Amino acid sequence: MSTGDYTVVGRRLPRVDALQQTTGQTRFADDLNPPGVLVGRQLRSTHAHAVITSIDTAEAAALPGVKAVITGADLPITYGILPVSQDEHALALNRVRHVGEPVAAVAAVDAETAERALALIDVKYEPLTEVVTLDHALDPDRPLIHGEGQGQNVHRTAALEFGDVAEGFAAADHVREDVYFFGGNTHAALETHAAVASCSPEGKVTLWSSTQVPHYVHRALAKVLEIPAGRIRVIATPNGGGFGGKTDPFSHELVAAKLAMLTGRPVKFNLSREDVFYAHRGRHPVLMWVKTGFESDGRITAMHFKSFLDGGAFGSYGTASLYYTGALQTSTYRIPNYCFEGMRVFTNKPACGPKRGHGTPQARFAIESQLDKAAADLGLDPVAIRVRNAVEPFSTTVNHLRITSCALNECIDAVVEQSGFHQKHGRLPKGRGVGLALGCYMSGAGLPIYFNKMPQSEVQLKVDRGGGVTVYSGATDIGQGSTTMLATVVAECLGLEPHDLTMVTADTDLTPVDLGSYSSRVTFMAGNAALEAATKVRARLLDAVAAKLEAAVEDLEVANARVSVLGDPESGVSWTEAVVLATAATGPLVESGSYTAPKLAGPYKGAGVGISPAYSYTACVVELEVDADTGMVEVDRVWIAHDIGKAINPLLSEGQVEGGVYMALGEVLFEEQAFRGGLHRGPSLLDYKIPTSLETPTVHTTLIESHDPEGPYGAKEVGQGPLLPVIPAVANAIHDALGIHIDEVPITPDKIVAAMRDAARGGTGRFGPKTVPDFDFGELIRVEPPEGFIAP
Amino acid sequence: MTMRLPSFDLATPTTLQEAAGLITDPTATIVGGGTDLFPKMKRRQTTPVTLVSLAEIDALKGIRIDDEGRCVIGAGVTLAEVVTSPHVPAVVASAAEAIASPQIRNTATVGGNLCLDTRCNYIDMPELWREASGHCLKDGGDTCWVAPRSDHCWAISSTDLAPVAIALGGSLRLVDADGERLVDVEDFYQNDGIDYHTKSPGEIVVELVLPAFAGRATYLKHRRRGSIDFPLLGVAGAATFDDAAACTGVRLVLGAVASAPLRATAAEEFLIGREFTDDVIEEAARLASHPVRPQDNTDTGSRYRKWMTPVFITRALQELGER
Repeated sequence: MSTGDYTVVGRRLPRVDALQQTTGQTRFADDLNPPGVLVGRQLRSTHAHAVITSIDTAEAAALPGVKAVITGADLPITYGILPVSQDEHALALNRVRHVGEPVAAVAAVDAETAERALALIDVKYEPLTEVVTLDHALDPDRPLIHGEGQGQNVHRTAALEFGDVAEGFAAADHVREDVYFFGGNTHAALETHAAVASCSPEGKVTLWSSTQVPHYVHRALAKVLEIPAGRIRVIATPNGGGFGGKTDPFSHELVAAKLAMLTGRPVKFNLSREDVFYAHRGRHPVLMWVKTGFESDGRITAMHFKSFLDGGAFGSYGTASLYYTGALQTSTYRIPNYCFEGMRVFTNKPACGPKRGHGTPQARFAIESQLDKAAADLGLDPVAIRVRNAVEPFSTTVNHLRITSCALNECIDAVVEQSGFHQKHGRLPKGRGVGLALGCYMSGAGLPIYFNKMPQSEVQLKVDRGGGVTVYSGATDIGQGSTTMLATVVAECLGLEPHDLTMVTADTDLTPVDLGSYSSRVTFMAGNAALEAATKVRARLLDAVAAKLEAAVEDLEVANARVSVLGDPESGVSWTEAVVLATAATGPLVESGSYTAPKLAGPYKGAGVGISPAYSYTACVVELEVDADTGMVEVDRVWIAHDIGKAINPLLSEGQVEGGVYMALGEVLFEEQAFRGGLHRGPSLLDYKIPTSLETPTVHTTLIESHDPEGPYGAKEVGQGPLLPVIPAVANAIHDALGIHIDEVPITPDKIVAAMRDAARGGTGRFGPKTVPDFDFGELIRVEPPEGFIAP
Repeated sequence: MTMRLPSFDLATPTTLQEAAGLITDPTATIVGGGTDLFPKMKRRQTTPVTLVSLAEIDALKGIRIDDEGRCVIGAGVTLAEVVTSPHVPAVVASAAEAIASPQIRNTATVGGNLCLDTRCNYIDMPELWREASGHCLKDGGDTCWVAPRSDHCWAISSTDLAPVAIALGGSLRLVDADGERLVDVEDFYQNDGIDYHTKSPGEIVVELVLPAFAGRATYLKHRRRGSIDFPLLGVAGAATFDDAAACTGVRLVLGAVASAPLRATAAEEFLIGREFTDDVIEEAARLASHPVRPQDNTDTGSRYRKWMTPVFITRALQELGER
């Protein structure tokens, strides 16, 4: 791949922290053992839904070696990641809402003592009727999970219409209605959540935590601990994987801080794998109904999409998750009339939240599966129907999303050609099949989680007199390589190598705010902020050197650690000399940069979800083999092309694509956060089946560079988008292989065999939900398409 | 965070007699490789006071062919050793290779797999989960959550070696403080999820003895992933044929469908004297699957496992009948 005019951007360089990581020197949260550290443990609820009638901690507190025991009454203030969902307590207060919810916590001198103390805490419960399924949640005679008495446990609804769907359906030659279900799943990051808190004699609290969002944890700590944010420091330790699972403030973080304040000693929590299944915040189970109208050439005339989200016990990101199930349909395909109705319910299960693709993979599965069915109805091939409707660059969608760079067609061409899709689809022997699907994702949410007018990302740069450059950014490296991205962006601008820089990240005392590693925002937002800071430093260097050489700034370049006259790399001064000149001329060489997304929200309630300064695009073809008798699926090859704008580091970018493919294959074929009543069906990595290396196929990745006009060096996201099309591509390939439709994820062998048996008996060969509840989503908000919107 | 083991005393006898003396203590438990026991201890399914390690006993080690041509595998031999041993019948090596993961096979033992505790997704769960669910029959409670009206436990025999050993007509040598006995592997097990084998608490499995076998044998294991997972179903078969391809002897054994390996005797009787044609295989698969009643207590559910039984029996018989 050409690196264009760049020196380090576009090069396949190792991560700046590669040696630390590969030699075991990276210090994760659990590696931190400050002197005198106490072991923290949480007591968790054994009831899915119950009133706590009493908690007696006296015996536990009296156990030698126990330094503190706390309950919900010690941390009574509610919190939650979204301002509209402040519905969690650090420890359950009066009520428990799912099995595994933390009820009390202890700090003790060692793990054995802490665990013995937990066993001595006597909690008395009065069980309430459990609300476990969507049907339970809609039953008006079940108890409210949040609130008193009985009623429907509806958390949130949305009802929006853009354009006129009735008119669109009337104009259609063919209309399909389909029902799909996407089972929930969880992140299963290798590193379980861990946090260490300490409290100085002056009362300053420090928390080291494996979190993706130190800024939001900082705010939650200030609120719940009732101390000024300025007296709290949050340091995000390197995450051993996050995927959205470390994007909420968590009980153990708040409890660790409280226990450190009470005991005056550091306190560490490290969750077990079981605990992480209860902390969850993973992919929502979503039941979906989608009705789409097509002209005979495949052109979409209207779409009506309904989603029913099973949210678990708390709000978490749920309001955003709900809107995301409906937000990105129109940024992938040109839909002239679009109606979205959605609802989220509370149930007595661990809370769902954001997982890679946040709310959009479920809808992607439904829509891409339906498109293949519609193509078959209309006698079109799966490529043609998608090309006919693919969104175009620099356009506006009916729901007011601004599309800029978009290489969706190039992505389709790449995977269709590489895979030989046309030669294979419908033509392989029984049991073998290929499937195609597309996807689109945001390069950062257009709005912060809480309303404010401050920048979404800030970066500071300091250059010392010896020439050393330190980059300060709040961005958190969760394994995706954001620190390397920042170093590369700054190094390119300053003519240095990424490994030359010192990176200080994710520390609320030392680094300016970055909102966090979520919504695929860091490259675009922190990258732009870093580029702005570096550009300022560069300008000061050029001014100073130009004065010294009596040359024009335009005639100078910064490259190879030197400021020289263009075309004469030996001329000019070294980097260090340039730094001295600039510092002498204009003072300390310290600059800052920031990024604030342009105002993009459309004129309606809910318009804040789905807007982004840029969208990435992906196309994927999967080839697989299914054993028709056992339902066992073996994915042979995956071809995936991703419009990344510009790959700042192709090596890391390909890693993100491959990771997304792997995670998607786990979701579509293996993983489900499933329950039996209020009990998790298997909170362990034996029972919750993530694919092994044996289930992981060859992945052919193509990075397509569309050079986004607003991205740093043209870059867009790659962390989440590549997951999206893989799931429906597998579903479509299974249909190509056997002629059956599995309209429910995960596609497990039992569902395939059930569909085969149904087909053998003369049935439709479909496995999946048949209906959705008859539910009133409330008053439909009708939104005019944006001015100048031209229906395709 | 890794779950912590409860405290225990560790005894490391170097002779069988010493070990047999130690395990007469009812609070003591034998540990071989520990890959089955330690997770159970971490989940507090069992909290033995003393673990009697068999790791230092030479009599449990080694694989040999004895004077009668039998393959004798020490109970302390690791599964990894079985996989690569030149002395072990190929079907046994392949069954061993289908167990768990390479790392686990490096420490898990033959004796451990043969004595593998029965499994169920109501019992092999963390302590909190079992408390929330209510302790089941095997966990000291009074209800089997798989079949609440049942008076016995339905936990699943999940050993991969036992079906193969039974198909090959193998036997186990056991010793206790008073002496030793040889028992057919088939008779070692009984269909009860709690008392799933007939070994007395004072007995130690010393070795697996496999008679020389000149016929064809196979073991098919069904599981979701190509590694790690316990069987959803195991089918072991061994057969001999005459020159006219008529079956002269056959054993067909199903694993992971009950609390003990299940011998398909009706199908075996039907197959004797017959060539393994498609029709014959179909009828044998029907006969063998008929009594199988999988429960909803492992991955994929009971309906699917019932469906898979004839599919895998058919495939096993096809393999045996290939000419």
